[in-house]
Amino acid sequence: MKKTVFAGFGGQGVLMMGYVFAVAAMRDGREVTYLPAYGAEVRGGTANCTIVVSDEEIFSPVASSPDFAVIMNKPSLLRYEGIMREGGAVLLNSNHVDRELTRDDLTAIRIPAIDIAKKIGNERITNMIMLGAFVAHTNMTSLDSIMNGLSEIVKGKKAGIMNLNRKGLDVGAEYILKGDLQ
Amino acid sequence: MDKKLLMRGSQVIGEAAIRAGCRFYAGYPITPQNALPEFMSGAMAKLEDGTFIQAESELAAINMVLGASMAGARAMTSSSSPGISLKQEGISFLAASELPAVIVNTMRGGPGLGNIAPSQGDYFQATRGGGHGDYRTIVLAPAYGQELADLTRKAFEYADRYRTPVMILADGMMSQMMEPVIFPDPLNPSELPSKPWVLDGADERPSRIIKSLILNPMAMEEHNWKLTRKYEIISKEIAAVETYMAEDAELVVVAYGTAARVAKGGIKKAREMGLKVGLLRPVTLWPFPGSVIREMSRSVKDFFVFEMNTGQMLDDVKLSLEGKSHVHFHGRPGGIIPTPDEISRAISRLYYRRHLEEDL
Repeated sequence: MKKTVFAGFGGQGVLMMGYVFAVAAMRDGREVTYLPAYGAEVRGGTANCTIVVSDEEIFSPVASSPDFAVIMNKPSLLRYEGIMREGGAVLLNSNHVDRELTRDDLTAIRIPAIDIAKKIGNERITNMIMLGAFVAHTNMTSLDSIMNGLSEIVKGKKAGIMNLNRKGLDVGAEYILKGDLQ
Repeated sequence: MDKKLLMRGSQVIGEAAIRAGCRFYAGYPITPQNALPEFMSGAMAKLEDGTFIQAESELAAINMVLGASMAGARAMTSSSSPGISLKQEGISFLAASELPAVIVNTMRGGPGLGNIAPSQGDYFQATRGGGHGDYRTIVLAPAYGQELADLTRKAFEYADRYRTPVMILADGMMSQMMEPVIFPDPLNPSELPSKPWVLDGADERPSRIIKSLILNPMAMEEHNWKLTRKYEIISKEIAAVETYMAEDAELVVVAYGTAARVAKGGIKKAREMGLKVGLLRPVTLWPFPGSVIREMSRSVKDFFVFEMNTGQMLDDVKLSLEGKSHVHFHGRPGGIIPTPDEISRAISRLYYRRHLEEDL
């Protein structure tokens, strides 16, 4: 059983990342729960969701000690670093998070996702770049499953937009596998 | 692609209600259940015979449901703790008038306005009738996404079968969480069993009266006993539980809804430490599955009640056991969802304090 937190500002596509990942994992045949943060939220505030993926029945869907975190902004790092499971991995959007980790048992993976998105030509796919990197790092699902999940969620989107998302996923994954901007 | 859908809990209830033939929904907004009326507004609009009303108040909404039910519709309303308090008068009138209806309570922290976090503080209100007078409400307590769908279907069946209001007791976490769900095939409202009591215009037949005002005490007493006989039948017919690792358990955790999920995680960890622990999860809170607990008490001498409140179902467990076993309690009120680790620690502490390890 693996717990993953996706966290950032509202508007960064944080909930979408988690939702697409959850649908992909479900279609892969895994057990899955998706729990968005739900409180007295404010515009411009933080958004986060927890996805649990397992081969067995999932009991608690709460992020008590996540294995992975995809962190899109600095406040989210401050919030989640302390509760990560020992030996967990944190994928950081390094354009917004310049802080060092305080724990040495965690693996930090820094992805300049906004720079990469700008290079492709559309900042709005920053989240897909992070998601691609996440999939490449964790191997919890495949990029094809993610694309199928995305098509299922955003029915009727134009092919151009879907291609752009695919490009974002691919480039994010390549950054992890080759360790460089393509 | 299989039929499995990843859906938010509150929308699962809505979709399941529509598929159960619900064609009337009235409600008033309150967090954390707003995704349900939002869903119903869209879903009812897509149906030729669907009605969605955002009422001017909770009172208005429950009384609209009462009217729709009198006219024969499968009708539903929903709210969250403070709003459910406001609906209690109408629920009492539904019970008195023997009218079916489904009421969804997405519990939040209380009392008062409290907060919008998941809680189980409304157990007493739900299972003791809630409104005034001598009545009970069927209370179903789902714990999983799939069960939200299955129990919503059952809620409408029970409401019609017993002509009584049924409450689905969910909480703020279930309503927000998405889980895979497979829905049953939709029912056609025109093919549901006919209701020979509805007020749909007398025409040639004798007129019918549905009311809750019974001024003659002798007649009222007879009505009270009639309702009581009905409640006895319901108690015999629909009490339901889920058990988990309970076969050889020395210690049985009793928990429902979200608390039961967390408890399962705690039990699994406790089992890995070699402790003989199991779960009994009441799926119906009223009728309470007391006979199952009593039966278990032949071999289990320690029951451990865990609730996200300060101890309410605890009373029903004690009443069921009639002093035959020890009853312990762990509670987290106020909107806190504890971790499975916390529950496994509480289990092991209790286990060794009660010297249950000597039997290992």
